[in-house]
Amino acid sequence: MTQTAQHEADWDMQRLHDLAQQVLEEARRGGATAAEVAVNRSHGYSATVRMGEVETVEHNRDKNLVVSVYFGNQTGSASSSDFAAAAVADTVRAACSIAKYTAADRCAGLADPARLAREPMDLDLYHPWSIDVAAAIELARACEGAALDSDPRLVNSEGATVASHSGTEVYANSSGFAGDSAGTRHSISCAVVGEQDGAMQRDYWYSAARDPHELEDAALVGAAAAKRTLRRLGARKMPTRQCPVLYEAPVAASLLSHFTAAVRGSSLYRKASFLLDRLQQPIFSEGVRIYEQPHLPKAVGSAWFDNEGVATRDRDLVTQGVLQSYVLDTYSGCKLGMESTGNAGGARNLTIEPGPLGLAELLRELGTGLLVTELIGSGVNLVTGDYSRGAVGFWVENGEIQYPVEEITVAGNLPRMFQDIAAVGNDLDTRRNIRTGSILLNNLTVAGS
Amino acid sequence: MTQALELARQTLLSPSGLGESEIARLFGHLAGPSVDYADLYFEYTRQETWSLEEGRVKNGSHSIEQGVGVRAVSGEKTGFAYSDEIVLPALTQAAEAARAIARQGADQGQPIAIHAVRHEIPALYGAADPLASIPDADKISLLERVEQEARRQDPRIKEVLASLAAVHDVVLVARNDGQMVADVRPLVRLNVTVIAEQRGRREQGSAGGGGRYGFDYFVDELALGFAREAARQALVNLDADDAPAGTMTVVLGPGWPGILLHEAIGHGLEGDFNRKGTSAFSGRIGERVASEQCTVVDDGTLPNRRGSLTVDDEGTPTQNTVLIENGVLRTYLQDTMNARLMGVPPTGNGRRESFAHLPMPRMTNTYMHAGEYDPGEIIASVDRGLYAVNFGGGQVDITSGKFVFSASEAYLIENGSVTRPVRGATLIGNGPDVLTRVSMVGNDMELDTGVGTCGKEGQLVPVGVGQPTLRLNGITVGGVQV
Repeated sequence: MTQTAQHEADWDMQRLHDLAQQVLEEARRGGATAAEVAVNRSHGYSATVRMGEVETVEHNRDKNLVVSVYFGNQTGSASSSDFAAAAVADTVRAACSIAKYTAADRCAGLADPARLAREPMDLDLYHPWSIDVAAAIELARACEGAALDSDPRLVNSEGATVASHSGTEVYANSSGFAGDSAGTRHSISCAVVGEQDGAMQRDYWYSAARDPHELEDAALVGAAAAKRTLRRLGARKMPTRQCPVLYEAPVAASLLSHFTAAVRGSSLYRKASFLLDRLQQPIFSEGVRIYEQPHLPKAVGSAWFDNEGVATRDRDLVTQGVLQSYVLDTYSGCKLGMESTGNAGGARNLTIEPGPLGLAELLRELGTGLLVTELIGSGVNLVTGDYSRGAVGFWVENGEIQYPVEEITVAGNLPRMFQDIAAVGNDLDTRRNIRTGSILLNNLTVAGS
Repeated sequence: MTQALELARQTLLSPSGLGESEIARLFGHLAGPSVDYADLYFEYTRQETWSLEEGRVKNGSHSIEQGVGVRAVSGEKTGFAYSDEIVLPALTQAAEAARAIARQGADQGQPIAIHAVRHEIPALYGAADPLASIPDADKISLLERVEQEARRQDPRIKEVLASLAAVHDVVLVARNDGQMVADVRPLVRLNVTVIAEQRGRREQGSAGGGGRYGFDYFVDELALGFAREAARQALVNLDADDAPAGTMTVVLGPGWPGILLHEAIGHGLEGDFNRKGTSAFSGRIGERVASEQCTVVDDGTLPNRRGSLTVDDEGTPTQNTVLIENGVLRTYLQDTMNARLMGVPPTGNGRRESFAHLPMPRMTNTYMHAGEYDPGEIIASVDRGLYAVNFGGGQVDITSGKFVFSASEAYLIENGSVTRPVRGATLIGNGPDVLTRVSMVGNDMELDTGVGTCGKEGQLVPVGVGQPTLRLNGITVGGVQV
């Protein structure tokens, strides 16, 4: 980090702290018995090049404050993008006014002061990228060029984008907690279109990191996008059948997102989950371990306190296939007669423990079945676990890819699918908050022709 | 429109002492000979949401956002910046950033004379603030009545979630052709979700609606009807079996199942994809893409509908655009940029989520005209198939044309009769040929109740859909039962 960047971030942070305290003071003056506030600022840009020419340059600059006030057990919240004193006062007033109408709820309130994070941690999340728009455009051009130049069947493009953003945020509450964090996020992405026999296919690839030095080379991102598009050319439907299905790592993360949605406190106390009352029971196949690592340096989901100031910590959600813990904030914990698990805002850097096999070996394990590389649609019912989504991928026989398939669905029931996990790959995709390798399921229904 | 203009001026310009002459000067920074199009989009949005669970309204939230999006377009290049402070120095800085990409070095801009457009486009909705349309206490009691109505339907209804939301959006667009256009847009919505339980099995049902009204739109007859509908769906699903898997005849009910048209057809006809040639519909104007019975339109001019706009987010009046006429592809949906690049008129479909987002061609209310068949006759014509009447979300791959949408209420059709409910069926098909499979179009065209939200490149906008009952021959149903 440069001295200037550090200085700017510090200056920004102090202003956000001051604003947060101003909001808490307004709330106190408005008669609130407790209050909490989150304020953030972010800025950045993205540059897109399409067919070798600049297409868009977007500059972003955002700020927001969200306040929740409590009058005993009644609550109201309000947000504003205007930080002027009058607007801040109006926002707090709006929250207080709402709290007069809401019903008292014994669970409404701030986090237990004993659980608040005490020791600030440097998680190494702030790495500004000293690249100007012109250089970003050149990088995007190189990325797209590497894709389009690689094969004459790549006839069109949705472009390549280079984006860089940084943000600072402060959370404070009337129990005396005030914490902050600053982070950056940079990415290079590319989507290209191929054509064969009059039919078009598109696919994409991206690299994302908090530290620009950890981004994949732009030409490699372009080459990966090209390869992914080309392999889809000539896709066809396949006959309806039941078979084993291998989810490639980038789409396997969605399976875990359904898991976290089902063990989230708000789904549980509303009884809107297919994993009710399953604590300490086997919900995954025996070898599965799923854990949270909120303090991983440079990782996308890292934070030393959650959205209520509660200290985050490493923990297992699933050990040996058995559900160890839910994902709770203070409110949903109280509704369930439990404590917060430090998960206001969700699980952080959730990882499913990789197994020993790579994608090629998993294909051999799969034998004859379907490799899924893209999913579309929202056919997931969290209440029942019913699952049916549109899919794109490859038909595999004896561990060898045969041909690309499309216009099919994969369907099952999530509780059974979790029990049906046969292997997790070592091809960990760490670009997102959910980190997983490819996942092999023994049996799903594939609907096609 | 005059009322909207005065309100927009008071809300967006007066507080910072901005007027036509300041905006004219901003265009001096933003426009220039190499800039084909430029605009400033001023917006003030106030929203509130009240939510009920466990029989009580325990949460409410309120938000205010305002700012200005500044855009300069040169050929296919777009420069974009925004400011959430509506003051001249910040706007000048945004204008300089936006034009950098579009304008050549020595290319000097001149101020552009700005005139407010007062021509009488009739407003499709009132300008009153929907948040203030009824007292807060009445919002609470409405939600409580909705909850009680849902529970009253059956002792198996175990959980009821209900929410009430309103948005007041004040918009002012100034363009480099000198026009300044305003629009004031109300939007309200009521949603009910229930969970029913029977012998340890739980199922949910959802219903809701709204439009560009105040909260007084939700008279009890309508609001309690949503509660009864959500309960009915959940109870039906308690008895549902697994859906079949494979290709079969599907009958879609009227109204919300029109999401088919939105996913399978509408997105693929948006001008940006077709200008770039990345849509499965690219270059197909004038070709047959549907059965002769199918006429599909995108109509932004329906009064008070959720997807309607008096003018779009570039100040172009919306219109009723015929997309497919008797089976033949007629028109793409355009914003100003893509219309100019394709050499066709804009269709009033330039939309953006907010001032902080770039506009692009988006749908408004997309629906199919009624046909000649009685819905009962359509069901009776099917030996074995699926009758799908309610859906969750959908998605489409524009380039390959493949789309999905997931049924939340569906039944088997056996020997011409609707028999058992089935659950968890996602339908998947190919946009450019799905409407060629339409063999019967019902005479019961309905619009949805006002619940649709469309996502494109991360931007969400409210939309509407509609259709009559349709029979589709041979579409893939993604159930589990082989």
